Amino acid sequence: MSQEILRDVEKKTFTEQKAKFGPGDTVRVHVRIKEGNKERIQAFKGDVIQCRGAGAGATFTVRRTNAGVGVERIFPLHSPVLSKIDVLRRGKVRRAKLYYLRERTGRSARIKEKDRK
Amino acid sequence: MRQLMGTKIGMARVFTEDGMQIPVTVVQAGPCPVVKIKTHESDGYDAVVLGYGATRNSLVSKPVTGQFAKAGIGPTRYLRELRLDAPPELKVGDVWTVEDFAAGNLVTVTGTSKGKGFQGAIKRHGFHGAQKTHGQSDRWRAPGSIGQSSYPARVFKGMKMAGHMGNEKVTVRNVRIVDIDAEKNLLLLGGAVPGARNGLVIIKG
Repeated sequence: MSQEILRDVEKKTFTEQKAKFGPGDTVRVHVRIKEGNKERIQAFKGDVIQCRGAGAGATFTVRRTNAGVGVERIFPLHSPVLSKIDVLRRGKVRRAKLYYLRERTGRSARIKEKDRK
Repeated sequence: MRQLMGTKIGMARVFTEDGMQIPVTVVQAGPCPVVKIKTHESDGYDAVVLGYGATRNSLVSKPVTGQFAKAGIGPTRYLRELRLDAPPELKVGDVWTVEDFAAGNLVTVTGTSKGKGFQGAIKRHGFHGAQKTHGQSDRWRAPGSIGQSSYPARVFKGMKMAGHMGNEKVTVRNVRIVDIDAEKNLLLLGGAVPGARNGLVIIKG
């Protein structure tokens, strides 16, 4: 009973669409950024290398390589700061955490695309 | 001054508009009916007696059943007094709910801490323990010296030593009410609150 109440409380923070991607997918995350009193949207594009947690505390990590430097950002899945998450490509991967990508560059760091049916 | 009794449900988190995450403790509180009003004339001090949590008549002792019968209220699992400075403008049968509080209010929360059993001085009082190396053996978690020698030839009262820890009344002040769900009688309190899940907490503010 009490756990149901907790779930209901957390559910209120959930936003739609989210979580329809997984590790290996290429996404573009639209982040709302406040500068002074102006608000703009910044996009971060990269591969999802991990999804963790359940409920309101779930997060996912997006990795991209920028000028030869790997950049990873961890986003709370249900943060209201994320205005939109576009899934650009479905990746075919064989594990849930793609940490092995960190040691790779160039061709070997690519993720194969999942066959569309 | 208002008071509610409630059940600690557990912890969750809520997001603010700008993406901050606030840890909250969810407490199901009230409704708390006024069972009795004590006044200076009748009892020597001013207070209200509140009930919380429906229960069966058979679980309540006979003298207490009489109190409920007098108030015309069904039996409740808990009965607690809130002491007041002046006679309250309430009558028996009035009900306090979470709607008597507002989001943003600061409240005082009292609960019974989780029992830890018999614990050593390190866990119980935050002692640092001894070296693990340099010839030490068997004394890593010992409390060290507990006093002097032939004078005073005794250990002072209140010396911090190993013993039973937890399962005591703990009060936390200035707890912010983050949100209220009047429909489900829920209070979302910022941060942690003493006690285990399903434990009784008293919210005063």
